[in-house]
Amino acid sequence: MTIAMSEAEKMQGSSERRPQNLVTQRIVTYLRPRALLSSGERLTISAFGVLLFFGVWFLVTEAGWIQPFFLPSPLSVTKRLFEMVASQGYLIDVWASVYRVFGGFIIAALAAIPTGVLIGNFPFFRSLLEPLLSTARYLPATAFVPLMIIWLGIDESQKIAVIFIGTFFPLALFIANISEGVSNDLLNSAYTLGASSRQVFFRVLLPACVPSIVDALRITAGIAWTYVIVAELVGADKGMGIAILQSQRFLLTDQVIAGIAAVGILGVITDLLFRLAHRKLFPYMY
Amino acid sequence: MTQVLLENVSVQFLRYREPPQIALDHTNLSIEEGEFVCLLGPSGCGKSTLLNVLGGLFPSSTGKISVGGKSVSQPGPDRGMVFQNYSLYPWLTVRGNIEFGPRLNNWPAAKIATITDELIDIVGLKDYAGQYPKVLSGGMRQRVAIARALAMEPHVLLMDEPFGALDAQTRSRMQELLLDIWSRKRNTVIFVTHDIEEAVYLADRVLVMSTRPGRIIEDFKIELPRPRFAEVVASEEFTQYRRRMLHLLRH
Ligand SMILES: Nc1ncnc2c1ncn2[C@@H]1O[C@H](COP(=O)(O)OP(=O)(O)OP(=O)(O)O)[C@@H](O)[C@H]1O
Ligand SMILES: [Mg+2]
Repeated sequence: MTIAMSEAEKMQGSSERRPQNLVTQRIVTYLRPRALLSSGERLTISAFGVLLFFGVWFLVTEAGWIQPFFLPSPLSVTKRLFEMVASQGYLIDVWASVYRVFGGFIIAALAAIPTGVLIGNFPFFRSLLEPLLSTARYLPATAFVPLMIIWLGIDESQKIAVIFIGTFFPLALFIANISEGVSNDLLNSAYTLGASSRQVFFRVLLPACVPSIVDALRITAGIAWTYVIVAELVGADKGMGIAILQSQRFLLTDQVIAGIAAVGILGVITDLLFRLAHRKLFPYMY
Repeated sequence: MTQVLLENVSVQFLRYREPPQIALDHTNLSIEEGEFVCLLGPSGCGKSTLLNVLGGLFPSSTGKISVGGKSVSQPGPDRGMVFQNYSLYPWLTVRGNIEFGPRLNNWPAAKIATITDELIDIVGLKDYAGQYPKVLSGGMRQRVAIARALAMEPHVLLMDEPFGALDAQTRSRMQELLLDIWSRKRNTVIFVTHDIEEAVYLADRVLVMSTRPGRIIEDFKIELPRPRFAEVVASEEFTQYRRRMLHLLRH
């Protein structure tokens, strides 16, 4: 710890102000915008934040300050989650939701990538599509649920459609923004090397924006997870959303929280997979 | 033989709530094949505009432009361009960047390999041929950009402050390298700079431009002997040219 600190100290060149002791010195550093912290220190702080959260939760529940009915302890939530997986067939619910999330999200991505790239780089398509898309972005996907039920009934396609609507519009505009940001110099140098419009599009524009598009997908995947819960409100007999809803109906607070935590865990896994794929696909960026 | 010809070329930019900005005002210019010409002028005088119009990246409002007898309206591989901020393709290696043009144009593989190898050798990046641009220094990146433009064997090489972002030492080495390449390839070079010494050191002709409206106000023939080495900067003639240009830009 001390070594890491003195290094950080050197980098900031603040040796002329000698703080009195270690604690004040650290506090001063933490309050400086964009202060340099070693990776070990950052990790320690993250771990501290997480531990603090669970510590407080553990304390208030175990000490009996809050009744388990309102907030069960983290231990019983964890236990419950294991039970759900082991003996209540929770994995079937998980699979049902994963299927919906990825079904809807993949279809949205397949539609949004070309739409976004076209809007971002062809004024014709921008003029044609942008007014509609920008408006549609403000329409709440949840408000489409009744319409989707009328159109598609209450089977899988309705749930996938809700996720599609929820993710397509933000994703398309996000990607439009990204592909618009590709430097003109990259395109111009290709033109001066004799590239046709087609070649500039496929050999420069696309490779230049694909890494950021993968990042956009990673960020938007979170939105898909939030909509799956809404999508399962009606006519689902399996799924993580419906599991939470049913637990609430029977006032099983620990099961509600376990269900929410499970969504969180899957979200983190999705995020990690995207980051890993990014590293594998675009080694030249690392 | 005349390689580049501008007749009465003007460029205007529309401005917000102001009359249009005249970036280039009725400019006439003729450049011989194999000449090394520097465009010198203060910031905002229209150097990049002139270069981009020549490159076909931007249409002129009036006048005629021709390169190698052909009228210019679009970018083409007969006019290679090197930009100030490198603009390499980050997803391609050094070799991939250099052979990008020839590959697009479906040159035979053997020819591509010969040309790429030669260029990698000329710009001194043999050890980095398989590396991505991210790991290269500024000078190395600019060498790749020059090699990439040369790979298409352009008649004219258009360079917009290519060494502007480099430190003095790297810059002077890059200038020597450029002269060395030019003495072998003998392309016509149009080189934009706002550095008087750079212009005099490199050029056969220095065209000095003035601001508002942008036009060429003086055409200096630089009669320093070639090959030129860094020491030439200290010579009496060099100082003469420098003083006259400085006076012109200051007036
Ligand atoms: N795309 C544009 N739209 C409007 N005005 C422009 C545009 N590009 C350039 N101009 C104007 O044209 C004039 C000449 O610009 P140009 O970029 O050619 O200058 P420059 O000589 O290359 O300057 P520098 O040395 O700073 O690069 C400037 O006054 C600038 O404001
Ligand atoms: Mg410029």
